[in-house]
Amino acid sequence: MITISAISEIFPVLMQGIKITVTVLLASIVCGYLFAFIAGFCRLSNNVILRKFTGLYVEVFRGTSLIVQLFWLYYALPILFGIDLGSDFWAGVLAISLNYGAYMSEIVRGSILSVSKGQTEAATALNMSSFQRMRLVIFPQAVRMMLPEFGNYLIQMLKATSLVSLIGMTDILYYGDILRSSNLSQAPTVYLLVLVFYFILALPLIFLTRKMESISKKGVASE
Amino acid sequence: MSEPIVTFQDVHKSFGDVKVLKGIDLEVKPAEKIAIIGPSGSGKTTIIRMLMTLEEPTAGDIIVDGNNLWKMEKNGKTVDANDKHLRAIRGDIGMVFQHFNLFPHMTILENCMTAIIHVKGENKEKAKKHSIEMLEKVGLGDKLDNYPSQLSGGQKQRVAMARALVMRPKVMLFDEVTSALDPELVGEVLEVIRGIAKDGEMAMILVTHEMDFALDVADKVLFLDEGVIAEQGSASQVIEHSKNERLQSFLKRFRS
Amino acid sequence: MNNWNWDTFFEAFPLVLEGIWITIGLTVACYLFALLFGFVWTFLRRIPIKPINWLVTWVMEFIRSTPPLVQLFFIFYAWPMVPVVGFAMDPFTSAVLGLGLHFSTYIGEVYRSGIDAVDKGQWEASTALNFSTRQKWTKIIIPQAIPPTIPMLGNYLIIMFKEVPLASTIGVVGILQMANNYGAQNWAYLEPLTIVAILFLILSYPSAILIKKLEVKMNTRFDKKAVVNSSSSKGAV
Repeated sequence: MITISAISEIFPVLMQGIKITVTVLLASIVCGYLFAFIAGFCRLSNNVILRKFTGLYVEVFRGTSLIVQLFWLYYALPILFGIDLGSDFWAGVLAISLNYGAYMSEIVRGSILSVSKGQTEAATALNMSSFQRMRLVIFPQAVRMMLPEFGNYLIQMLKATSLVSLIGMTDILYYGDILRSSNLSQAPTVYLLVLVFYFILALPLIFLTRKMESISKKGVASE
Repeated sequence: MSEPIVTFQDVHKSFGDVKVLKGIDLEVKPAEKIAIIGPSGSGKTTIIRMLMTLEEPTAGDIIVDGNNLWKMEKNGKTVDANDKHLRAIRGDIGMVFQHFNLFPHMTILENCMTAIIHVKGENKEKAKKHSIEMLEKVGLGDKLDNYPSQLSGGQKQRVAMARALVMRPKVMLFDEVTSALDPELVGEVLEVIRGIAKDGEMAMILVTHEMDFALDVADKVLFLDEGVIAEQGSASQVIEHSKNERLQSFLKRFRS
Repeated sequence: MNNWNWDTFFEAFPLVLEGIWITIGLTVACYLFALLFGFVWTFLRRIPIKPINWLVTWVMEFIRSTPPLVQLFFIFYAWPMVPVVGFAMDPFTSAVLGLGLHFSTYIGEVYRSGIDAVDKGQWEASTALNFSTRQKWTKIIIPQAIPPTIPMLGNYLIIMFKEVPLASTIGVVGILQMANNYGAQNWAYLEPLTIVAILFLILSYPSAILIKKLEVKMNTRFDKKAVVNSSSSKGAV
């Protein structure tokens, strides 16, 4: 049964994992958005090779499982290229951010393409250079369209961080598993608490997402 | 007579297999006001879009202030213009669009200021001052901090005009600027254009369906039909005294 | 350091491939469960009692924003320990329940968007024709609400296919677990994991293209009205 004493016993143990979960999440968010923008822009580039190469990256990472990518990076990268990522940390962060970067790059690309052609024409008529057109006119509008989806992916990335326990990182779930294996009868309380931990971490992201949705509704073309 | 600021020499334009323009010759003198009329699909808009560098001509030359717009010299050879070349020349030209194309993420003031700052390199204070002056001129001095979505169609189009005017182009293009407006909002926009025309120094090319307005403002009217200029002359010559049958039947539809 | 080894690759290939039926079978089972249970959520959310509506919304939000991996562990390890109602299940069944439940919350939202997109006039017309509530749903609303969502539902099939290897963590022996087993025995993970990746690509990429085509077809047929957020297939974990 869930008792106060059980919770007070389990809670501090799980707390130890919070730091890793949050660190992996933050690093993945930063790298994920970075990959998304780089890949999104590369797919719009005039350079055919760059476009095809990025397309390959996006399709491979969207076409396979995150958990497979995680294991692959964890086991294979050091063997194949002699690259030692230094720690499980980077294998985890890279897997999550490359995976979600691939998904989000499609949002970046789609949003930029969906800014109306009239905007580019108006900017041209004001004699802006192609870089200025992107920076001052197209991109600021595209970002507003990206926000709601970007918000959704924050929560997806939070959920994804739980996978790093599988490569031995000491996150919340890792400590949960340890507690479970030491006392199986405690398992319901342990995993329920783990879920609550994740949900508490998700709450600010949920509200942020709603905020992003409302921002994105403002300042959009109404023609 | 002064040198023309814009010259079209046998300009052709096709979209795929469809020939839209079949040899356009045209001269625009500084400060001259030209109205282009004609049935829809006759290529009126295409003419000014090529001048604004939004479409590339299939053949022929467009000369702006002595420079070939779509061609440039490179290593002694004539080649297609690159973006840098286009940019150097199209600063003389401004355009107002049928659907306004205001930047929805910027306030009215920012819509006007952005290009002067980033394209012309004016400092922010000056840019702001000029923009406010121009917006006051079109009667929107009280809307500076509004966003385009908060304005009526007529107001949007006036902002679009202020945005183009503040760049001080030598030639201003108007692409059916009243056809996306509700009828009761047309007047305020035409009034602003009339005011600009009276100022005088800027050449204007207006693609329009407003015949009375064309008659009033334009020094010269072109009737475009099936990809060629079928009739041209002073406004009263073309609109009131032409013998061209297709022009007559075209006008009838607007005068009923 | 051993590098890429083709002998290992060809030796591991048939072994890993053996797991494909489990992987596919689990995908289909989870998907069917999610499709059915999605209706339950849609139904629950329509109960017009404020506290219930609020509760259902937050339960769905809870399931959706916590990791399916933890939910899987909860069902497999913890559920048997729950007093009175708990009972043990084999890994396959646990995976069907765990992943199926997680994704049913997404599927429920898809149904809801489809229902919301049905024109209000259709409700009024069916009332005017004196249909019973049951008939309204089965004859008028659902036949219009579901077809436009088919591409989105298809996207979720592909997403779930890519989530199914999570079940290897509780011992469902699909292709990923086959590869892990091979790796553990021969201390060679690179080749078998690459095989798993290739198998996923081979199966999911053509399906994604198929669904894109279906989407275009549906869009033209249904005049784009009910397709919400269609172009981006979400990557869920």
